[in-house]
Amino acid sequence: MPEKERKRSSWIVNIVLAVICLVWLIPTLGLFISSFRPATEILQTGWWTVFPHRTWETVEQIQLPKDLDLRKPVEVNGRTYTNEELRAGIEIEDGRRLIWENPRERLLNVQERGWGMNTSFTLENYKSVLTGKEYEIAQPDGGVRLEKGSNLSRSFWNTLAVSIPGTVIPILIASFAAYAFAWMPFPGRKLIFVTMIALLVVPLQVALIPVLKDYTALGLNGSLLGIWLAHTAFGLPLITYFMYNYISQLPGEIFESAYLDGASNFTIFTRLVLPLSVPALASIGIFQFLWVWNDYLVALVFIGSQPDVQVLSMRIADLVGSRGSDWHLLTAAAFISMFMPLMVFFFLQKYFVRGLLGGSIKG
Amino acid sequence: MNKLAFRGFSIRLVFLSILVPTANLVLHGLIFLFFKHIDLHPLLAAALAVLWGVVGIYFVYLSLNWVVEQYPQHLRQKMLPFVFVGPAVLILGWLLVFPTLRTLYLSFLDAQSVNFVGLSNYVAVFTDRLLVTALRNNLLWVVFGATSCVALGLLIAILADRSSYERLAKTIIFMPMAISFVAAGVIWKFIYYYQPGDEQVGLLNAIVVALGGEPQAWTSLLQPWNNLFLIVILIWMQTGFAMVIFSAAIKGVPGELLEAARVDGAGEIRIFFQIIIPYIKGTILAVTTTIVVFTLKIFDVVMVMTGGQYDTEVVATQFYRQFFMYRNFGYGSTLAIVLLIAVIPIIIFNLRQFRRQGGV
Amino acid sequence: MKPVRKSLLAVLSFALIFVLAFTACSNQDEAVDQQPAENETDQQEQPVADDSENKGSYLERAYAGEFQGTKVSVFGPFADADEVKFEQSIKPFEEKTGIDIQYESSKEFEATISIRVEGGNAPDIADFPQPGLLESFVKTGKVIDVRTFLDEDYLKEQYNQSWLDMATMEGPDGDVMAGVWSRSNLKSLVWYPKNEFEAAGYEVPETWDELLALSEQIAADGDTPWAIGIESGAATGWVATDWVEDIMLRTTSPENYDKWVKGELPFTSDIVKNAVQEMSKIWLNDDYVYGGRKAIVTTPFGDAPAPMFDVPPKAWLHRQGNFITSFFPSGLTPGEDYDWFYFPPIDEQYGKPVLVGGDIMAMFNDRPEVRAVMEFFTTGESLKTWIQSGGTIAPMNDADLDWYSNESDRRMAQLLQEATTIRFDGSDQMPGSVGAGTFWKGMTDYVSGTVDLDEAMEEIQAGFNQ
Repeated sequence: MPEKERKRSSWIVNIVLAVICLVWLIPTLGLFISSFRPATEILQTGWWTVFPHRTWETVEQIQLPKDLDLRKPVEVNGRTYTNEELRAGIEIEDGRRLIWENPRERLLNVQERGWGMNTSFTLENYKSVLTGKEYEIAQPDGGVRLEKGSNLSRSFWNTLAVSIPGTVIPILIASFAAYAFAWMPFPGRKLIFVTMIALLVVPLQVALIPVLKDYTALGLNGSLLGIWLAHTAFGLPLITYFMYNYISQLPGEIFESAYLDGASNFTIFTRLVLPLSVPALASIGIFQFLWVWNDYLVALVFIGSQPDVQVLSMRIADLVGSRGSDWHLLTAAAFISMFMPLMVFFFLQKYFVRGLLGGSIKG
Repeated sequence: MNKLAFRGFSIRLVFLSILVPTANLVLHGLIFLFFKHIDLHPLLAAALAVLWGVVGIYFVYLSLNWVVEQYPQHLRQKMLPFVFVGPAVLILGWLLVFPTLRTLYLSFLDAQSVNFVGLSNYVAVFTDRLLVTALRNNLLWVVFGATSCVALGLLIAILADRSSYERLAKTIIFMPMAISFVAAGVIWKFIYYYQPGDEQVGLLNAIVVALGGEPQAWTSLLQPWNNLFLIVILIWMQTGFAMVIFSAAIKGVPGELLEAARVDGAGEIRIFFQIIIPYIKGTILAVTTTIVVFTLKIFDVVMVMTGGQYDTEVVATQFYRQFFMYRNFGYGSTLAIVLLIAVIPIIIFNLRQFRRQGGV
Repeated sequence: MKPVRKSLLAVLSFALIFVLAFTACSNQDEAVDQQPAENETDQQEQPVADDSENKGSYLERAYAGEFQGTKVSVFGPFADADEVKFEQSIKPFEEKTGIDIQYESSKEFEATISIRVEGGNAPDIADFPQPGLLESFVKTGKVIDVRTFLDEDYLKEQYNQSWLDMATMEGPDGDVMAGVWSRSNLKSLVWYPKNEFEAAGYEVPETWDELLALSEQIAADGDTPWAIGIESGAATGWVATDWVEDIMLRTTSPENYDKWVKGELPFTSDIVKNAVQEMSKIWLNDDYVYGGRKAIVTTPFGDAPAPMFDVPPKAWLHRQGNFITSFFPSGLTPGEDYDWFYFPPIDEQYGKPVLVGGDIMAMFNDRPEVRAVMEFFTTGESLKTWIQSGGTIAPMNDADLDWYSNESDRRMAQLLQEATTIRFDGSDQMPGSVGAGTFWKGMTDYVSGTVDLDEAMEEIQAGFNQ
């Protein structure tokens, strides 16, 4: 009986989850499809038109007299229509409709419903993003010269050099601190913990000016060490808070027995706590990595936007066009920049496994 | 003899206690200079930098711990916690606490940070129509955004745990987190875009038109509902966060407990509410706190989608504009402090939990 | 425990060796590094000690190769195609002088420049499209007066007095010439699809009434006359402020305009309200604007002109500065597919005013090579290739009209000369809290219907009190 019930619920579960996943997927799917569409089409037709859909197809064109007054009703094949109707398209007999091709030319389309599919795709967007955008510079002699922007590879390496230590360092520091908060009594513990939670809400923008001042004085500006420290500080409150929540729920008996066996706190931490915390480390690690990877503001302030130190998010922001909206390039760039975080997710996902901690944890 | 040995020991200790931190400082300073002056291939530089960063931080702890281990037992007990929290406290103190105190100080000064103006910035902030709107919007974000993220995240985590395609589902829900805010802005423009004329390239308007409705400018003219359309973006992006954490927590629920309940004939829904939820309530508190705090300082979504226009302004965007774009340091700082005040209830709540778990 | 200690000692001693080795290395590095640094300090003292007369101006000294190998950082808001054009136009200078001009751009220019200057990491030179923002830096004494190294007679020769007046700002110890104008653009232009426009039998209007009549005529033909879009991210609304300024110049005296910019003539006065109402005749008439109000607030300003180039055009008129051509679809020929006419006068007694915008280069670090680059920016030569490739108008007098590669740009340069009144974009001169704040926001709120006219004007004016 319970066995049967479980089976049925799992059938419902699969359907409900599938619906949620579909809803979640639609925006990204739109982006994905758009990234393969030519720039001109993106703003002309919706991305879903690449799927087969019902549409109007022109089967015939009617040339009306050029001097026709459009403010009066227009007569077509014995029936009259207003200009507004023809502008929006009006259905006539047998499912056809009439719509202007060009009212100034007095050219009218007769259309029929049919199945249509928008099949113009291109790799041009990805090419421009990966190898650099091309600019047409008009020359004094009337010609046009093509000037190529730089490619992405340098900024890709820069971003890696920022984000890997920018993830590992704060996580290690936070785990040490969280362990101390949870299992080592010391004076000032409560005060520091409260401060830490309060710091969660401090918008990192308040730190930019004073920190930049110190960095300039110390020569840390524009260096990797500087930006690691910045990302460490901005990520620390959240990571410590999270690691504290996890580590404080680990069973104290393990530590006590290890301690009695003569293990030092450092050994307990590295040999017991860290391995036991892998699921938490993996999940918080992903988030810190994502945040650093996609960060724009911190990198802009502490590293700058010179081509040789630029990170990926800055290159992508530059692609968008100085004031405008090169949507087609952004779509491709968004996918390229998503690639690395998704890889990290796939890599770390295997650590979220059932029973890693057995029944050893109590809530 | 014993005394001598002790003195020798303590001299050695003092020497080590000074030497090791100094050596650390000098070592990393020199590596820092090395990177600054050398011009490597970007790939090699990145690899070396990663190595330095990752190994370096471990080595700092290792060496400091080693020094403490040289001390006698009773001192060691007292010192070790400070080695563990020390680096965190130092970095936070320097890079966050000090700037926050400075902001507090600036909030009592005028726009150019020259004259002391007392509480007049606070008076100005709380009598401004824009701040009232911003606070209302922040409340909307917290109430709708945070609640939906937590509830949906929990629901999806539990569903995924029982489904036959867990990894795929989790990847799909997680995916939006990997997208930067600029890119998310573009994605949602493909949903909300309004275009004059009959061809709509925004999905929502296309659906509305297909159903015979009038296309809308969702994020700008439909006030105050436009805020909800922005909140949907946050839910879409951040539910993955809650889902991943909850998923890990649910996997920590011991199987025997669930089996025992099933044997007793409890339905899945009862198991969820009576076993799983109490079991992971610590995690629920943590995730809720994080997301509430996140929605309180929500900034990028609003900035990218509307720039805070059309009454979608929130406190963080107001702060950014006042402080950096208008260079009105006093007023801007006050706004940041408003956020700190808003978080006090959350701190109190967490503190109670901290105390219950045996914290002092 | 023991093995750990041993290995730790080993690591420590290794660290010491490492330290010693690299001290030697980095000392060498520093020795190499120090040389130019020493030179710098030498040179910095020189200009104070001896005047530049015997050695020529800084620009001449740069061309003589004196600053070979130095670097000058320039920070500005323009990126993408404009950045490429900028790099092109400074290349000959860099090659001749050996000065490396390192340009950095940021989309968040307003915020970033503030952070960098306050954080003590100011660029050598920054390109401000908004003098109002620059003024807040001048007020706190962060900007170097260009008159300390550029002769006033020379500046008067290079620029119209009105440009120099606009660059003069109030510093902590008296007036400061805060920078040099490097680019300008004309705003009082109405773009239209020329061939289609002529084929439809429309005529270029010479007066405001004719413009409204033309709008009515196009609407009567079943089309929408205007294409307007004000969406621009955090800067949404600036297009509307440009309209108000242009109409202000046409409905009131230049003196009133100046007072208005300074905050002495409040937004709540009838003069300003009248200008906004005049604009509303077009903006708030849904028959006149493509897509109506809804489209105004949601269309990115760069995408706004696009419907003019559909076949047949969905809209016919677009008021915008000359830079907008870089947002037009590619493959259009100026003078055929599109052209512009002057945004017509409303009240005859105010003549033929022109609204302009421009970028001013301000200097934050005083080094000889920075002075040389600043001097270079005062010459038309620094813009030559940019002018040739289109999209900018030189504010300097020594820029040759022949450089303009098309008739359209040349006519603009001519319009600038014929204008009876030239005024700078008011919102760019107002304090940031108004010009880049409540003015943008208030206009957006007004157009989107969040607040009514009176309330909008009050909220905009309130920005002056912050």
